[in-house]
Amino acid sequence: MRELICITCPRGCHLVVDDNKNVTGNFCPRGVTYAINEITRLVRVVTSSVKLTNSVYPRVSVKTKDPIPKSKIGAVMEEINRVSLKAPVKIGDIAIQNVLNLGVDVVVTKNIDK
Amino acid sequence: MIKKHYDLVVIGGGSAGMAGAIEAHKLGIKNILIIDRNDYLGGILNQCVHNGFGLTEFKEELTGPEFMTRLSDEVKALNIEYVLNTTVTSILPDKTIFASNRDGYHIIKAKAILVTTGCYERNAGAIMLPGERPSGVITAGTAQLYLNVYGYLVGKRVFILGSGDIGLIMARRLTLEGAKVLGVAEICPYSNGLNRNIVQCLKDYNIPLYLSHTVSDVKGSDGRLLGITISQVDEHNNIIPGTAKGFECDTLLLPVGLVPNSPLLRDAGVELSRNKGAIINERYETNICGIFTAGNVLHVHDLVDLVTKESRLVAHYINEYLKGNSIIDQIYRPVIAGDGLGYVLPHKVGTHPLNEVTFKFRVRRPVKDVNVIFYEDNQTIKSVFKPVLIPSEMTEITLSLDELKQFKQTINVKLEAKQ
Ligand SMILES: Cc1cc2nc3c(=O)[nH]c(=O)nc-3n(C[C@H](O)[C@H](O)[C@H](O)COP(=O)(O)OP(=O)(O)OC[C@H]3O[C@@H](n4cnc5c(N)ncnc54)[C@H](O)[C@@H]3O)c2cc1C
Repeated sequence: MRELICITCPRGCHLVVDDNKNVTGNFCPRGVTYAINEITRLVRVVTSSVKLTNSVYPRVSVKTKDPIPKSKIGAVMEEINRVSLKAPVKIGDIAIQNVLNLGVDVVVTKNIDK
Repeated sequence: MIKKHYDLVVIGGGSAGMAGAIEAHKLGIKNILIIDRNDYLGGILNQCVHNGFGLTEFKEELTGPEFMTRLSDEVKALNIEYVLNTTVTSILPDKTIFASNRDGYHIIKAKAILVTTGCYERNAGAIMLPGERPSGVITAGTAQLYLNVYGYLVGKRVFILGSGDIGLIMARRLTLEGAKVLGVAEICPYSNGLNRNIVQCLKDYNIPLYLSHTVSDVKGSDGRLLGITISQVDEHNNIIPGTAKGFECDTLLLPVGLVPNSPLLRDAGVELSRNKGAIINERYETNICGIFTAGNVLHVHDLVDLVTKESRLVAHYINEYLKGNSIIDQIYRPVIAGDGLGYVLPHKVGTHPLNEVTFKFRVRRPVKDVNVIFYEDNQTIKSVFKPVLIPSEMTEITLSLDELKQFKQTINVKLEAKQ
């Protein structure tokens, strides 16, 4: 049995998942999806910023386009810290393709012209 | 080129300002100007590089910069006029606006003004932080700006005082960037952040949360922070002797609350409430006809989606005002927040509301299984059951025109434990 706080929405239902993966305490079906994912496939979107040259702004924000395994966050951050982009950049530009072969790109989340 | 006359001037081009201007444009108000002092549209979201924005507005999870770009793209697509790098220095009750930028000083006349100037951070002085003031004691939003926009890490060993969302988000950001976050202290016996942030920012990284604790001393050497002491507090927030714990750190982050950035309103003669936001009627109009307000300058929001929703609603009232559908002779019934309620918006409701009214409020401390009761004298006009209410989440309850009609002098709101 595991107790979790559902974070899908601000309601924050207190969920209980039993050994047969039955979920209780959820207000809506999203709570079930959340709980099952949290115990079987612990993933997070990582957001950060990377170096930017040719711009008045020295950094531009990025994120992993999809969630990555939580255990890989540290390694992905190391990759992110190695990247340097050149302005202009725009939302969706790829900063790192298929980071650490996880099948997920790291993409730019801000438009910076110069 | 800034013109001399506009139907609507929006002061502050953050999410509230942009959403209000977009909606006003869609309603047919064409002569609109947005003014912002930054060199971009988007306000505070520019530095909120984390995700979790837009779940209701765009039905997807966006980062702050992506959310603001959706809005600014729309402002540009609709050809709504805006000026950047321009600071509004004052407004007059007759809706004259004074603004300053590189081209000089501008005097602008508006038929209506929407003030969406956001909020600012409380600092060490505001919370009477004890001890010394070495460098390294810094508000969390400033540290966020340095890190996310300018690329400077403010310290290597960090302690955080305050468990609101900004504190939690910074705990994770600093950890990911290689700093050691020693802990988060919170004077309340509960956290003031969203559950999502407690889970993903503290639990994920095993950062300890010290509830009912505050910083009791700050020590520096050669002008730089050396360490802090935290102590447990009792239910009256008094420090309990013998509970002190020391931490060596080079940075103390202060995410200790936000205050509406309302001096422009105050100086124009707008009445402010205790929380420093304007006192408004059900149309989000201040005591000065034609001056409206929304977003964090009115009350601090936890979700940007609620900011944009509020601002779009206000655009409808601005449209009514510009069409002349303003009932100046209506009599206002004050809204009175009972025990346990931090505030209730709007502060007053006229005798002729145009639409149903959504009341927004926050509780002072977490409560379970309560009825939120709207009443006058001994008569309950509406009662809504809520299983949980927490201070960090704004709650909304809508009263219909029929329900509103039943109040005579005052609209009272209280919490009552459900039997
Ligand atoms: C650190 C942090 C984290 C957050 N995390 C989340 C989250 O995860 N999810 C979520 O949904 N919400 C989150 N929020 C809340 C949400 O982002 C804000 O409530 C919302 O963006 C506020 O919008 P606003 O337009 O009211 O204010 P702002 O964005 O602050 O805009 C105010 C604008 O007014 C301008 N201005 C002020 N004074 C003047 C003047 N005199 N002249 C000209 N211009 C002026 C400023 O330059 C600024 O652009 C967070 C907020 C913060 C601070």
